[in-house]
Amino acid sequence: MSTNDHQRSAIVVTGLMKQYGATRAVDGLSFEVAHGEVFGLLGPNGAGKTTTVEILEGYRQADAGEVRVLGLDPFVDGTALRSRVGVMLQEGGLYPGLRTREVIRLFAAYHGVGHASADQLLDDVGLTTDRDRMVRRLSGGQRQRLSLACALVGTPEMLVLDEPTAGMDPQARATTWELVRSVVARGTTVVLTTHLLDEAERLCDRVAIVAAGRLAALGSPHELTSGERREVRFTTAVTLDPAKLAHALDLALDAVVADPAGQYRIQAAGTPSLIADLATFLRDHDIAINSLEAGRQSLEDVFMQLVTEEGNG
Amino acid sequence: MTRSALVAQVRAELTMTLRRGESLMVTLAIPLGVLVFFSKLDATIPDGYDDPVDFLLPGVIALAVMSAAMVSLGIATGFERRYGVLKRLGATPLSRRGLVVAKTVTVLLLEVLQLGLIVAVGAALGWTPNAGALPAVAIVIIGTVAFAGIGMLLAGTLRAEATLALSNALFLMLLFLGGMAYPIDKLPAVLESLADVLPAAALSECLRGLLVPGFGFPIGSFVVLSVWAVGAPLLAVRRFRWEE
Repeated sequence: MSTNDHQRSAIVVTGLMKQYGATRAVDGLSFEVAHGEVFGLLGPNGAGKTTTVEILEGYRQADAGEVRVLGLDPFVDGTALRSRVGVMLQEGGLYPGLRTREVIRLFAAYHGVGHASADQLLDDVGLTTDRDRMVRRLSGGQRQRLSLACALVGTPEMLVLDEPTAGMDPQARATTWELVRSVVARGTTVVLTTHLLDEAERLCDRVAIVAAGRLAALGSPHELTSGERREVRFTTAVTLDPAKLAHALDLALDAVVADPAGQYRIQAAGTPSLIADLATFLRDHDIAINSLEAGRQSLEDVFMQLVTEEGNG
Repeated sequence: MTRSALVAQVRAELTMTLRRGESLMVTLAIPLGVLVFFSKLDATIPDGYDDPVDFLLPGVIALAVMSAAMVSLGIATGFERRYGVLKRLGATPLSRRGLVVAKTVTVLLLEVLQLGLIVAVGAALGWTPNAGALPAVAIVIIGTVAFAGIGMLLAGTLRAEATLALSNALFLMLLFLGGMAYPIDKLPAVLESLADVLPAAALSECLRGLLVPGFGFPIGSFVVLSVWAVGAPLLAVRRFRWEE
């Protein structure tokens, strides 16, 4: 990538390393985020997601590698970035002893924003009826929404969200996704961490799957899931002999497995001809089918596969 | 950080301080209670004072400074650190420096409220102000720096619950060893020599030196107080961790 492209990127991370004692929390991570993009860091707990975003937020200094956020080094140029980057931490970080509206107006004052815009934002996150409630009396999901509003109040160029919908019920989660989409629509770059696969799939333009501090995969949810599933699963009304089916499909005898839940797994790509052969077998033996999963893999499949491989390697 | 951000932060800090019942207890109720109670109980007042309130008022001002700068500030900051508030504010344009400035202004404003009430109650009990009041303000500020240093050292290094327990314990211990409600020369010799090097007695003795006519300014106490006012904040700055 040329220097020009680097300047066009909102975030450039190259060979990022961060070690705590003997543990390598981040181990040579590289990625770029374009302006206006929604970029997800997906991974299991302890994969290094939070460490990575905290380096982007300027809380921690990288041991090695280069980090540029809006063209600046977040650890050195924190002051310049603070008014341009909205941050939402995993643990709220809001005053429990203030009322909801007092908190949003306080954050508005940090950014020189008036009360009217602050109150409007409170409405956007659905907290108007809770405006006089003490933060300590809000539910976990309400606190998260207030925290998001605080990150947005300065109309930042970039938003860094660490597990933004943790602790939210499905409705609050949908409201939050809607809000993030509306922010993206006005050109804000968003970096978020999540361990929720559907969140990554619905919200992100591109996803980096991180495992053990390393990049396991990078691409759009569509690209990541376009690989053929290496398995076809189905359930039937009556039991069948897996070895017989494997023989009929021209596969190794152990390629069809019955799992204890009564589901059959065919360890082969779900090609049209395989599905046709399976259907023929079931017709010949007069076995009714209850469910069949084949075709494109879900992000969860990719994720489980990569994380398992990483764990074994 | 802008001026309006600072003003908003000070207002928020003051609001929270005045909303905390335990904070009002330790910063207002206890100092005023000590002043009223011991002024009616002249058994512990040393000889040479026309009125118990002349002895008590400087000590109660020292107690008030200790409660605002060490206990109230320390506990509030400790829990803000626990809840991740300090971390979050570090990512806003207010910045950490702005937060420290706002907290300083808040403590000073709280002390204005405390001193106003103490002087009013003291006057009602027969105390009359004198020429020592102005230099006493300077001593109050030095004492505030010393105790705020101790409070921030606790808040920035210990768990929030430990800060809560320890700052309350120190408050109680220094109330007894600080020459506030009764003179330290009535303490056993060992405790008296310990009290002499602690900031509480140093502050109350300095205030007495300025506010009680004919008492004489205690240079030794002033040196002790100054050492605490330099040492405690320096140590706090070096050891303070923004995240628990």
